[in-house]
Amino acid sequence: MPTDSGVVNLPLSAQLIHLAAAVLLLLSFAMLSQRRLLSLVNLFAGQGAALVGSTVVVAYSTGQHHLYYSAALTLVLKMLVLPYVLHRLIRRLNLQSDTETLVNIPTTMLIGLVVVIFAFGLAQPLSELSSTVTRSTLGIAIAVVMLSFLMMITRHKAISQVIGFLAMENGLFFAATSATYGMPMVVELGIALDVLVGVFIFGIFFFHIRDQFESLDLHLMESLKEE
Amino acid sequence: MFESVNLLTGALAVAHGWIAVGVFGLLRPNSVRFVGRFLFPLGALGGIVLAVIALLAIQGPIESVVLPLGLPDLPLHARLDPLSAFFLFLLGSASAGISIFGAGYFREGEGTAPGLLCLQFHVFLGSMALVLMADDAYGFMVSWETMALSSYFLVTTQHRIPEIRRAGFLYLLLAHLGAISILLCFGVLQGGSWQFTFDAMRQAQLSPAWASVAFGLAVVGFGAKAGLVPLHVWLPEAHPAAPSPVSALMSGVMLKTAIYGVLRVSLDLLHQPLWWWGAAVLALGLFTALYGVVFAAVQTDMKRLLAYSSIENIGIIFAGIGLTLLFHAFDMQALAGLSLAATLYHCLNHAFFKSLLFLATGSVLHATHERSLGKLGGLMHRMPWVAWLALIGTLAIAGLPPLNGFVSEWLLLQSFLFTPEIPQPFANMLVPLGAAALALTAALAAYVMVKFYGVIFLGRMREPQLAQAQDCGWLERLGLLWLAAGCIVLGLVPSFVLRQLGHVDAFLLGAAGEAHADGIWLLAPISSHRASYVPIVFLLGASVVVTLSVWITKGIYHGHIRRSAAWDCGYPLQTPRMQDTAEGFGYPVRHIFEPFFRMQRKLPSPFDTAPRYRVIVEDWTWFGLYLPVARTVLKTANLIGRLQQGRISVYLLYSFLTLVTLLVIVL
Repeated sequence: MPTDSGVVNLPLSAQLIHLAAAVLLLLSFAMLSQRRLLSLVNLFAGQGAALVGSTVVVAYSTGQHHLYYSAALTLVLKMLVLPYVLHRLIRRLNLQSDTETLVNIPTTMLIGLVVVIFAFGLAQPLSELSSTVTRSTLGIAIAVVMLSFLMMITRHKAISQVIGFLAMENGLFFAATSATYGMPMVVELGIALDVLVGVFIFGIFFFHIRDQFESLDLHLMESLKEE
Repeated sequence: MFESVNLLTGALAVAHGWIAVGVFGLLRPNSVRFVGRFLFPLGALGGIVLAVIALLAIQGPIESVVLPLGLPDLPLHARLDPLSAFFLFLLGSASAGISIFGAGYFREGEGTAPGLLCLQFHVFLGSMALVLMADDAYGFMVSWETMALSSYFLVTTQHRIPEIRRAGFLYLLLAHLGAISILLCFGVLQGGSWQFTFDAMRQAQLSPAWASVAFGLAVVGFGAKAGLVPLHVWLPEAHPAAPSPVSALMSGVMLKTAIYGVLRVSLDLLHQPLWWWGAAVLALGLFTALYGVVFAAVQTDMKRLLAYSSIENIGIIFAGIGLTLLFHAFDMQALAGLSLAATLYHCLNHAFFKSLLFLATGSVLHATHERSLGKLGGLMHRMPWVAWLALIGTLAIAGLPPLNGFVSEWLLLQSFLFTPEIPQPFANMLVPLGAAALALTAALAAYVMVKFYGVIFLGRMREPQLAQAQDCGWLERLGLLWLAAGCIVLGLVPSFVLRQLGHVDAFLLGAAGEAHADGIWLLAPISSHRASYVPIVFLLGASVVVTLSVWITKGIYHGHIRRSAAWDCGYPLQTPRMQDTAEGFGYPVRHIFEPFFRMQRKLPSPFDTAPRYRVIVEDWTWFGLYLPVARTVLKTANLIGRLQQGRISVYLLYSFLTLVTLLVIVL
């Protein structure tokens, strides 16, 4: 709601949500540029925190009580359980060292910028259809999904792909809360369970992959290609 | 009509009985005695019953039934009309002889176990019968594919030999290409009603363009099965690979189901043919006939020779169909009826004489283990039964009166000669050329058959081990006798056959299409002033001449047969290798029709101590059409294979780009 002075005058809740969205986007870029896996996990946990914050604000300002449960679930799963599991995995697999990316980081950031612009362009007509207070953050949600995708593409190590996958889920969750005040509880529970199970299965795979190739570097999987 | 519904039920019972007989073969899969002495004769009995039912049904009214089989909401429809009755008669009568022959032919230790072979053989028979009775696209395609698969397994009976596996693959490939085309044809024929019964297709109104598409798809699809050039390449590979009764069944009967399909689509499901369909099929048929016979003339493998001869006969049949369509398009129903009757007659004749010849080669193969003409010869003395019965088939296929081959080719030529009445000048010019090509084909076919028979059965034995050859057993003789008798009977009573074919004509072309046949013994296609043929008189005349000359010769000479060395013309050394060979006999044709072939010749130099003459004759279509297509497919596949990089990042990039592209399109 633009006022005469040209300053956008928003209620506090909306401003907080926008803040959380901005933090989320910033963290996504940070993940894109981060070389160390442990820091990547920490950034992922930070994304979870931003998500929890925005969800609580949305729940409070709109009176949607089921969003409190969503927030609690996110808090437990994405801020505590998954980062803990990933930390242990990385220590057990001895992956603390720096990793090389396929495309160098400045280039990745530039591509990321283009992706964000594309996402905002995409969200423009969509957000006009929505009637929620949070609709303007839809562009950020889509940008987070696509940046996570980009991270999955540019990394070597299998574990960073899993983190990218989880971050993508964060973006989707954010899109759901911002566009429609969250998905029904059943769907959300199902997705949470899927993510948890997915991470465990990935964890088991990692050990198998390491046994087979003695490394988690995806380069080595190219030998599986049919000749 | 209670009675006629019974006929259809009877025919369906025979088809399912055949399948049941096949399943019984699995009870004792390794017993040649049980399968050969019990199941195959039972199958032959089924063939005779089916032939009798079909003969009764050919004049009866059309009747149909909805079977309690098939998927929910998609029941199978069956129908018995004069057209299917005619082809069922062909199937039943020819397969009876082949089954009896097969009873004695299959031995232990030759590839597939006898019980399994019995299953495949009878499922093949049953599915052919069901193809002919199917009255909806669904049932038709299921039976058609069953037929293709069971015959594939029969062709690859000796699947341990790589060439046979390769031949089987080629057959399966072309069968599937054909099936796709037929499926698309039915898709066009339903004309927007989305009803796939043949009744719905008859009622569908198609624009001429769509009707032409449907017709083209049908010709390609059924042509692949029948062996129209350039879709013929599987025939010369599959026939030598298959056991002889299977070759006989495939060449004699299965190719005719493709003819049935073309006739069903073009004259029954589509209403009014366009004149250029007829012209195109006529040209294609004549080219196929000429191509087949020229290649048959240069073959040195007896079963390949017969396979090419099948291509030639299919060409003649397609030429007849083309002529029928041409006349039908110009509403000249009497002439259309004549050429259709000639076409159907030739189908029936080919089923008998080609089966007979394939079975005879099977007997020769069993007795000598040799397929190459260059190593046979003089078998008449060792295998008199096979030789004499094969002689009947050879004379019939060469088109000599009073046997059956003459009648149909003569009728077809007669219908060609009436074409000046066609109002379209272009077609009018095409047809005399066609008549000339047909006459040339018939003459070359006779030449091919002289080579076939002369090199195998006459002269002196080219290899010493041929002296051990044994004549075939009594079951095989019975099968050969049945088919030879068929050739003679079909040649002697053409008027009776034509009267039956008149029912098919009337069904497909309306009442005006009935062929004329005056009197029981006299055959006069249009009027007795123009041309007529009396086979009995011809037979009597020929017998009188033969008897008289034998009698006179015996009277003039002393009357004894004396066996001695042949006169050596003054050459001191003469061996059986000095006889005219298959290559030598085919040389003139090879020379005259050189552009047809792709030849590699290796001539020995005069100073060679061990001279070798080699000539390899290959098919142009193989190099001009099939290999380029195969190469293109392989190249494209390799190009697409580059997408598979083996790197997860690249695969993720594909998904990412797909996502972005789709989002851009949506916006």
